[in-house]
Amino acid sequence: MSQTIATPPTVRLDSDVIGKPINRTDGPAKVSGAAKYAAEFGVTGPLWYGYIVSSPVAKGKITKIHADEVLAIPGVQQVFSHENVSSFAWFDRAYKDDVAPGGSPFRPLHEPEIMFNQQPVALVVAETFELARYAASVLRIEYDVEKHNTDLDSVIGEAFDAPKGKTGFVPPPKPKGDMNKAFAEAPHKVAGEYIHRAQHHNPMEMFATTVDWLGDGKKMKIYDKTQGAPNVQQYIAKIFGLSTDEARVISKFTGGGFGSGLRPQYQVFLAVMAALELEHSVRVVMTRTQMFSFGHRPHTLQKLRIASDDQGHIQALEHKALAETSQFENATETVVNWTGILYNSPNTNFDYQLSKIDVYTPLDMRAPGAATGNFASESAIDEMSYKAGKDPLDFRLLNYTYSDPTENKPFTSKRLDDCYHEGAARFGWDQRNPEPRSMRDEKGMLVGWGVAAGCWDASMQKAAAKAVLSADGHLTVNSATNDQGAGTYVIMTQMAAQTLGLPMQQVTFNLGDTNMPAAPVQGGSWTANSVGAAVKDACQEVGKKLLKLAQKMDDSPLAGVNFEDAQFVDGHIRANEDITRSVAIEDILAASGEDKIEADGKAGPNPINQLKYSMHSHNAVFVEVKVDEDLGTIHVTRVVNAVAAGRIMNPKTARSQVLGGTVWGLSMAMMEETYLNNELGRYMNHNYAEYHIPVNADIHKIDVIFVEEEDDIASPIGVKGVGEIGMLGVAAAIANAVYHATGKRVRELPLTSDKLL
Amino acid sequence: MSLQFIQEPLDKATPHVVPAQAVTLNVNGEDHTIQIAPWTSLLDALREYMDLTGTKKGCDHGQCGACTVLVDGKRINSCLALATVYQGKKIQTIEGLGTEENLSPLQQAFVDHDAFQCGYCTPGQICSAQGLINEGRCKTEDEVREHMSGNLCRCGAYTNILSAVMEVLHDGDVVVDNGVLITVPVASTKASSVE
Repeated sequence: MSQTIATPPTVRLDSDVIGKPINRTDGPAKVSGAAKYAAEFGVTGPLWYGYIVSSPVAKGKITKIHADEVLAIPGVQQVFSHENVSSFAWFDRAYKDDVAPGGSPFRPLHEPEIMFNQQPVALVVAETFELARYAASVLRIEYDVEKHNTDLDSVIGEAFDAPKGKTGFVPPPKPKGDMNKAFAEAPHKVAGEYIHRAQHHNPMEMFATTVDWLGDGKKMKIYDKTQGAPNVQQYIAKIFGLSTDEARVISKFTGGGFGSGLRPQYQVFLAVMAALELEHSVRVVMTRTQMFSFGHRPHTLQKLRIASDDQGHIQALEHKALAETSQFENATETVVNWTGILYNSPNTNFDYQLSKIDVYTPLDMRAPGAATGNFASESAIDEMSYKAGKDPLDFRLLNYTYSDPTENKPFTSKRLDDCYHEGAARFGWDQRNPEPRSMRDEKGMLVGWGVAAGCWDASMQKAAAKAVLSADGHLTVNSATNDQGAGTYVIMTQMAAQTLGLPMQQVTFNLGDTNMPAAPVQGGSWTANSVGAAVKDACQEVGKKLLKLAQKMDDSPLAGVNFEDAQFVDGHIRANEDITRSVAIEDILAASGEDKIEADGKAGPNPINQLKYSMHSHNAVFVEVKVDEDLGTIHVTRVVNAVAAGRIMNPKTARSQVLGGTVWGLSMAMMEETYLNNELGRYMNHNYAEYHIPVNADIHKIDVIFVEEEDDIASPIGVKGVGEIGMLGVAAAIANAVYHATGKRVRELPLTSDKLL
Repeated sequence: MSLQFIQEPLDKATPHVVPAQAVTLNVNGEDHTIQIAPWTSLLDALREYMDLTGTKKGCDHGQCGACTVLVDGKRINSCLALATVYQGKKIQTIEGLGTEENLSPLQQAFVDHDAFQCGYCTPGQICSAQGLINEGRCKTEDEVREHMSGNLCRCGAYTNILSAVMEVLHDGDVVVDNGVLITVPVASTKASSVE
C-alpha cells in the first residue's frame, strides 16, 4: 500500500487562485440575510398571493368546484381551476422542458382528471398571504373517485424495457458470455434482492415564484426557484406564447435543489398564469407538504447475482432493476450500468425496466440511478468478498479494471486505486479484524468497518458566458447558470481571475438571469466543467483583445508576441520567454481609450476526442459504525471519503460538496423513506417531522481526500465535477459496516433499528 | 366503481374576515408598525410586511428551524409565533446581527468554515448558534451538536457548522477534530500496482 498522505496541491504561482481554498464570494450575502431567494424579491406596485389547493384523492375527476363561496370573501381576487383557465398551448410539446423524460408532461389546471394524489387543482389568489391561505382552506371541491393503484409490487408483471431519450440516460450494457452457465459452475456465489422506496429531495427552500408584473404589455420579471433559469424561460415562453423579452426569468440564489429544480415545477406555471390573467404581480409558494407532490427518487427493486472463482476473480455479474414511473411519463435513470463499469467480468447481464403506478413522475435526485444501483451492487460485492474468503478491499482491488468493460474503452483518467490506498491508510483499515462481530468499543458496542466504491460520469454540456473588462480594470463575467449551493459563484470568479491574472476582488461573476448567455441546468455534476470552460474562453477572448491593444502602444515590449506565448499574471501581460517584457493591464486600458473590452465565450463537449474514451469520476468510502444490539441503534462515528474527480478548483467548496454527499449517503442509508399508503394512494409522512433527514447530532467525523487527476480529455479545464460522486459508496459502506458489526446483511433501506432487531 | 368525495373544509367560508389591525414590533432596535390580520405569524410579518427576508420559511410548522430569530436574546421558531404577541419585546433577526460589510464573529466564522452551501438554513443556524451562546450551557462538541439539532441543513454542512460555532463559543481557542481535508496531487508515476 502507498504510504503517502497529503502534501498540498501543486501551486504554480503565489498569485494562482485556482486550486486554493477561497471563501465563497456570495458568503457574506448568505450569512447576513441579504441574499434574495425567489419568494423574497420586491415588485413594482402591490403584490397578490396565490395559495395552491391539492387533491386529496389519487385518481378520479373533479365534478364541482364551489369557487363562488370563496370569491364572496372581500379581498379574494380569483379562484383558478380547470373550469376557468383557458387552454394555452394545444400540444404536449409546449410543456416539455429541456430535461423532460419521454411521455406526456403534466399540465396544471388543464383538465378535471386527477392523475396523482396532491395534484394541484386550484389556485386561490388574494390580497394577502393570510387571506389566500384562509380562502384556500375553505374551498369545497367535489370528486368522482376512481380506483387507483400505487403498489409497485402488484405491477411487476407489467414491466417494460425503459425507453431511451432522456438527457443523461444510458440504456443497460449488452450482455457478455453466458451468465447463467458461469454462475451455475462457479465455486462461490451470491444472489440478493435490494429495495428502497420513494425518497423526496426536500431542499430547505420551498418552491416559489414571484412574478413582477411590469405594466408594459406582457413584460414580467419571473423570480423562480430553479436549477436553470433558461429551462424555465423556454417552458413558460412556449406555453404562454411569450417572447424571451416578456418572460425574463431570474434566479440569483437557489435554496438547494438536488435535482428537484431541474424541471420547472407547477408553481411557476400557476404564478405566471395568474399574473397574465389578472395583469398583476403575484407570488406563489408551495407548502412543505406540497414539496412531496412532485418528483421523487423512484421506488426501485433490484436483483444481483455475482460469482467468483477460487482466487476471487469475478466470473459472473448480473444486475437487474425495476423502477416505478407515472402513468403519463417514463422517468428513466442509469441504475445498473455502473456495476459493469467498476468491475470486470467475462459473463454479464444487465436489465432495467419500468412499471407504471398512479403517482407523479419520478425526478432525478442527487446521483440519480447511481445512488440506487450503487447501494445494491456494492453490498453484493461485499457479500461476494466474504464468500470468496477475501478482505472486502482486497477483493475490489483484485477485480479492479483499468478500462471500461461496458464500452471496451480506456478511461480518460482513473485513480480509484489511489483512493482505495489513501483512504485505507487514513482510516486505518489494516487494523480491521475481518471476522464479523469481532470488534467492540470500550463501552461494549459492536464496531463495524465497511468499504464501498462509487462511480459517476464526467460529462459536459454546451454553455456560454460573456466577459466585460471596464476601463477601471474591473472584470464582470455573466452566465445564466445556477448556484444551488455548489459554489458556482466563487469558482467562476476564480476561473476568470486566474485567466486574466487579476486579483479576486477585481472580478465579479453574475448568474441566474435569462438576459445572460445561456447555460445548462445545474445538474449531473457538469456545471464546473461546462460553465468553467465557457468563462475561461470568454476571458481568453478578452485577453487576446488586450494583447492586441498592448501591441499598439508605443514601443510595446510585447511586440510580436503571440497570445499562446503570453501569460496573464499579477495584473500584467508578460512574454513567457522573458517576463521582463511586461505591460500592466491598467496601462493598456488607459492607453487604448476604450471604456470597456468585452467578449463572448462558449464551450461544449468534444465528441471527436471524447468518443474514444470512458469519462468517469470515482470514489472509495470507508465507514465505522457502532451498533447497540439491545436497541438496534446504529451510529456512524467515522467516514473517510476519497474522491478522484480530476482537478479540484476550490478545495474548500469541493470538500463541502463531498461532506454534503456523505450526509446524503448516510441519510439514504439510515433515514429516508416516503411511506406510500396504497389504500389512500398517498405519501403519508409529507413533512420534516416524519420524513427524516440527519440533524447535527447524527453527523460525526468525515475526512475528505481528493486524489487529483490530470485529464484534458474529459474537460478542457481538467474538471470532472463533485456534486454527485461524494454521495456514492456511502450507503453501501454503511450497510457493509453494519454487516461487519452484527453479522446481519440488510438489503432494504433505510437501515432502521427494526431491521436489526 | 365510482365514489363521491367532497374536499370538505372544517368550516364554511365566512363573508366577514377580521380586518387588519395595527401591530408595532421592535425589530433590530427599530419600531415597525404594520397592518396585519391577527393570525399573522411573526415569520410572515417579518418577510411579507417588513421586507426582512433574511429570516427563512422552510416548513411553517416548527420542524426545520430556518425561521429562528432571537426574542429578548432567546431563540424561537418565528413560524410558530403570532406576531401580535411579540409587541413590546426585543426581536433580533439575522439582519440585526451584522451586515454584509460588517459581519458578526459568528457570521464571519460561518463564511471561513464554509458552514453552508445553499445558504437557506443559514440565518436560522446563525441565530440559533447566537441563542446557544447566549444560553451559556453548551461547551463540548457533543453538547453543541445536540443543541444545534433543531436546525435542519439539507446540504449537510453540519461538520462545518460545528467548527464555526465552537470557534466563536471558545473565542478561537478550540479547534474541533471533526474531519480533515487532504489533497493528493497528481502523481508522475503510475499508482502502486494491483496485488
